[in-house]
Amino acid sequence: MGEILSNYDVLAAFWGTIQLSILGTVGAMLLGTIVAILRLSPVRVFQWIGTWYVNTFRNTPLTLLMVFSILGLSFILGIQLNTTDVSSNVFRWAVVMLSVYHGAFICEALRSGVNTVPAGQAEAARAIGLTFGQSMQHVLLPQAFRGSVAPIGSTIIALIKNSTVAQVIGAGEAANLMSTIIENEGSRFSVFLIFAIGFVILTLPLGLLFTSMSRRLAVKR
Amino acid sequence: MTEPLVVLKDVQKHFGDLHVLRDINLEIGKGEVVVVIGPSGSGKSTLCRAINRLETVESGTITIDGKALPEEGKALAQLRADVGMVFQSFNLFAHKTILDNVTLGPIKVRKQKKADAEKRGMELLERVGVAQQAQKFPAQLSGGQQQRVAIARSLAMDPKVMLFDEPTSALDPEMINEVLDVMVGLAKEGMTMIVVTHEMGFARKAANRVVFMADGQIVEENTPEEFFTHPKSDRAKDFLGKILTH
Repeated sequence: MGEILSNYDVLAAFWGTIQLSILGTVGAMLLGTIVAILRLSPVRVFQWIGTWYVNTFRNTPLTLLMVFSILGLSFILGIQLNTTDVSSNVFRWAVVMLSVYHGAFICEALRSGVNTVPAGQAEAARAIGLTFGQSMQHVLLPQAFRGSVAPIGSTIIALIKNSTVAQVIGAGEAANLMSTIIENEGSRFSVFLIFAIGFVILTLPLGLLFTSMSRRLAVKR
Repeated sequence: MTEPLVVLKDVQKHFGDLHVLRDINLEIGKGEVVVVIGPSGSGKSTLCRAINRLETVESGTITIDGKALPEEGKALAQLRADVGMVFQSFNLFAHKTILDNVTLGPIKVRKQKKADAEKRGMELLERVGVAQQAQKFPAQLSGGQQQRVAIARSLAMDPKVMLFDEPTSALDPEMINEVLDVMVGLAKEGMTMIVVTHEMGFARKAANRVVFMADGQIVEENTPEEFFTHPKSDRAKDFLGKILTH
């Protein structure tokens, strides 16, 4: 175990995982919020677009999205997110695909949060003259976010673990290094242990944090 | 009656097969207090909610201060700002403090400065007797206190007319009076009010007119005194007989 840790830069690999996870989370939150607003808007066309997004990306395997980003978008259509550095291009596409895929789940988590907000809140917001955007911003979304902390937490934890899928396009992260090590050293229990512990460290405290946050932030009714 | 502020003309609405509003014609003058009573399911709440378009109507027109209710959008939001609404279930914004509940509209809709809005907000909370609770959250207040805050929240917008949709129906009996007192005070000051309620005491004390609804229709309109002592229609006699005998 010690020799593996000294011969391979495990920390750097997990740093890649952390970067993928943070950037992916930011992207997924942004996309998810936008798509949730689309699905909740009174405009039919926006609702359709939102529903289409969720149904498409939630039901497409992440592996497929990752492969498509490099083979389809990057190689065939020539959309490079970094034209000079191949590994940076791969990394950025991995961030985009993590965001796009988990955005669909964040959207649904937010919508479930919106459902915890009684209809009367929206009516009261409209009754004092707030526009749709204002009632979203000041009344519905703040309460929806608080009501959806737990499912958003689950999605983020899933995102961290799913970042390993970026291995299929060779993004620099933990799972990528793990398969390199297994290839060089053979599959040993210690290899499994190192990466298992790494992910436990990343996800377990986060899970506890989200649980306590969902309790603290809950809107009292 | 002075110039009409709210005018409903030939208003119709269905919920599926149920004809909830039938040929509603009603004019409410400036400064008038109109109490709408009737058995449950008679359409009185729907009528109240139609006036600020929380319920849409199928045909007929509703005008407020000479302007027809606009379609969904900015213009409708503007109109709603001028129409106060108090709900049966209070509907205070659960994640905001009492003071923030009262100042949200003035700051975001009327574009008032925060300090001005808070000063006025505190005055209004003082007036309805909950200034002590300004920094608390709605869930920490009693129902009666919450409803008084809801009234203050509406008043903060300086509405032309206020709608009350069964404001005391969700309250414990001992809290009803504290809310009615505030409403009587408003009526005395000349606020135009449309009040859906079962509180006959309030109707007698503060209303200029009682509108009796049954099965989606306005069956009878009269002064409170006349209506309660000499109801004309059988439907009203039957209803009053049921609620006044015990």
